[in-house]
Parts: sequence; C-alpha cells; structure tokens
Amino acid sequence: MIAIIDYGVGNLFSLKSSFNAIGEDAIITNNVQTIKDAKKIILPGVGAFEDATKKLKESGMKDVLLSECKKGKTVMGICLGMQLLFDESYEFGVHQGLSLINGKIVGFEGRIDKEYRIPHIGWNSLKLYNNSPIFKYLKDGDYVYFVHSYYAECNKKNIIATSDYGMEFTAAVQNENVFGCQFHPEKSGETGLKILKGFCEAE
Amino acid sequence: MLTKRIIPCLDVKDGRVVKGVNFKSLSDVSSPVELGKFYSSCGADELVFYDITASSEGRKLFTDILTECAKNIFIPLTVGGGINTLEDFDRVLKCGADKVSVNSGAIKNPKLIEQGAKRYGSQCVVLSCDIKRVDGSFRVFAKGGRENTGLEALTWIKQGVDMGAGEIVVNSIDTDGVKGGFDIELLEKITELVTVPVIASGGAGSTQHFIDLFNKVPKISAGLAASVFHFGEIKINDLKKELKQNNIEVRL
Repeated sequence: MIAIIDYGVGNLFSLKSSFNAIGEDAIITNNVQTIKDAKKIILPGVGAFEDATKKLKESGMKDVLLSECKKGKTVMGICLGMQLLFDESYEFGVHQGLSLINGKIVGFEGRIDKEYRIPHIGWNSLKLYNNSPIFKYLKDGDYVYFVHSYYAECNKKNIIATSDYGMEFTAAVQNENVFGCQFHPEKSGETGLKILKGFCEAE
Repeated sequence: MLTKRIIPCLDVKDGRVVKGVNFKSLSDVSSPVELGKFYSSCGADELVFYDITASSEGRKLFTDILTECAKNIFIPLTVGGGINTLEDFDRVLKCGADKVSVNSGAIKNPKLIEQGAKRYGSQCVVLSCDIKRVDGSFRVFAKGGRENTGLEALTWIKQGVDMGAGEIVVNSIDTDGVKGGFDIELLEKITELVTVPVIASGGAGSTQHFIDLFNKVPKISAGLAASVFHFGEIKINDLKKELKQNNIEVRL
C-alpha cells in the first residue's frame, strides 16, 4: 500500500489512479497509523510553499513524515511536495522546508531570458544522472509534464535528472530513501507510469 | 527543451462527445473516455473537455464521465463550460481535472479569476477568450461567441493575467470554422502582450497551418483544434512528426 498524504492541497485523485493503473494499491490519507503502515509514502502538493508548510504542520502530517523518513521508508515528493523536502524556499519571502535534502528553492524569474514564459508549463525532456532506481525504466530524452515557476538548487550528488528551460535546472532529486520530482509523473503519460513503477520497486 | 503542445478539444453534451466524430477504430465514437484514451495514445499532449450541457442532469453526467476519464488518462485534463463560481472549480477539480477554463463566467464576474488563482494556484486557471474584429479593433464575445461584450480583447487579457490567469486560450471567431489557418495577427499581439503561455485556437485546417503557427508566432505555446482531429483530417501522430521535421520541438 502506498500512502498519498492528504494535507489539504491539490488534486490527489490522478495520483491514486496512476498507482492503480500499474497495479499498486494507493490510499489518500491523513491518518497517522495508515501512513506508518504504508510501504511507501507520496508527498504531493500544488500551490504556494508557505501555505503548504503550514498545512503540513497543522495537519500533523509533518511529524509522521519526518519520523517515517528517518526509519528509512521510501518517500517521494511531487512538484511542490518535492520543493518541501529542501531546507528553504525563496517563494514570497524565505520559508523553512523539511530539510530532508540540502538545498533551496528559487524562482526562474530573473535567472532565465525574458523570452521564456513563466510558469514553465508543458512537456520537457529529461537528462538522467546518478542511475536512480525510480528511472530504471527511462531513457535520456523521455518527456514529462511540468507546471512550476520555482526549482531546486542543490548538490550535484542529489540530482538524478535535469531539464532545460533557458538553463539546465533540477527536475528530480534523491537523497538515499527520499526522492523528489519537480514534474508530475501522474500527468506524464506512459513515461510517468514507468517512473511510479520504478518508485514502487525501489528498495 | 520545452515542446510545443497539440491539444484536441472535445465538446461534451449530456456526457457524450458531440460534433460528428468519425473514427473507425473506436467502438463508441461518442464516448469521451474512449476518445480520450485514443487521443492520449496517439500523442495528444493534453485534453480539453468542454461541457456544453445546459441542464443540471447533463452536468451530473459530465462530472461522472470526467471522473472516468481521469481514472484512465494520464495526461493533463482541462475542463471548461459552465464555470461561473468557485463551487464549479471545486466540482470539476474533484473529478480529476487539472486546469479549469473560464470564459463567460469570468466576463460576468472578473473576480472569479482572482478567487480561482488564490485558492488553486494560477497554473489551474485558464482564461479562454472568443475574439472577433469589430470596426478594426479586437472585441471579446461571450456566450459561445454570440454576444459582443464590448470589451477590448488585449485589455481584457492583460487584466486576466494580472488577476492570476496562468494560461490564455485565444479563439479567433474570424478564423474559426473556416479552416484557412490560425489568426496570426491576433496571436502575435497577444503573445507580445503577456508572459504566460498562450494557446492558439480557431482556423486549423491542415498540417501546414500548425507549421505556420509555430514558425510565424514562435512565442505561442500550443495549438488547439477540434473537428480536424475528430474527422481524422489530421492525425496527431503524423502532425507531430511533420512538425519535428520542420524543426519544431514536439514530444514524440
């Protein structure tokens, strides 16, 4: 069973359906015991960083997430959920994240040429690094679906995929048992399902 | 590199796709689920479902069918038609829509854009505009292009983006249905005006029209069409291959 953490942000329905499509049971939950019992955890998220950190904390989901991570359970953050894994974000001020991966979240604005539209919306190709198990079934150049205006700046050793949008930016990260995708695997067609399969099989 | 998107649009009434769809390979050509799967498998980058139902029973059927689509299709889904309140946003997002397209509802109540963006994020709010030339200026039309609102199109779109719309769909009434190509003049103006992604609609009749669109308006993000895809006049796979051969970046 995969636990998709429900802390009041975003549409989690597609995520659940994607796991079902690859034959995995998934549950959308904010029950601490269910999350503890799950074999893997998904931290989703759309919207603003500050609001999401507040909701994560208030819902009591932050504590269980951190303790399960510490125990070595496999966790994947998606989109804003990935950004929350880092130390801090510079979206509308400076806000503290979960510090499960070292680095910070910064905006495209001012860092890429003005001809590039923000938000970065659409299908972009991946360049893979460091042989992550979640990309076991992928190849360089596969396309995934992005919707975001901010991205992660972090150590090279944690970067497992980049993409290009006026600059090479972090598309996916890993720190041991903690994974993160800036894009939406649940909206990335067959390629996305392959990533979720890789995640389900990751030790 | 970010690709140009190709987006088929499905008009749905009482839970069925309308406007004579003609695919021999499909057992039920008016099932949104079947068509959605078909389009997704042949390379559509996104799907737009437009609810043209007038009754509340029809609306219920639409949300049921949307839920079924979202369970089976793993590319972005945009839903438009009859979006007048935040409750409407909530209703379609709960069924698995990723983006909500507002049109007449936002003209009636522009705050809808702001409220939607605040609650669900700008990426969720698509402002769709039907635009027609009237006495030399571009005007916004409401109610499926039947009513001249008097609004100046560029002003309205700028206002929409300032209020939080994350994408703009520009449907040119002048070129719509004529199959003589997209409205390059209008699209150029709008892509120069705003920095959010702009989706072109109205006028696609051939593969060459899409090539012209992306070459002449390089800042355009996507091309949307309905009947040319539904009638199989343009096959999405072939279109994308052709675009690629013309050095236009697409997902193949």
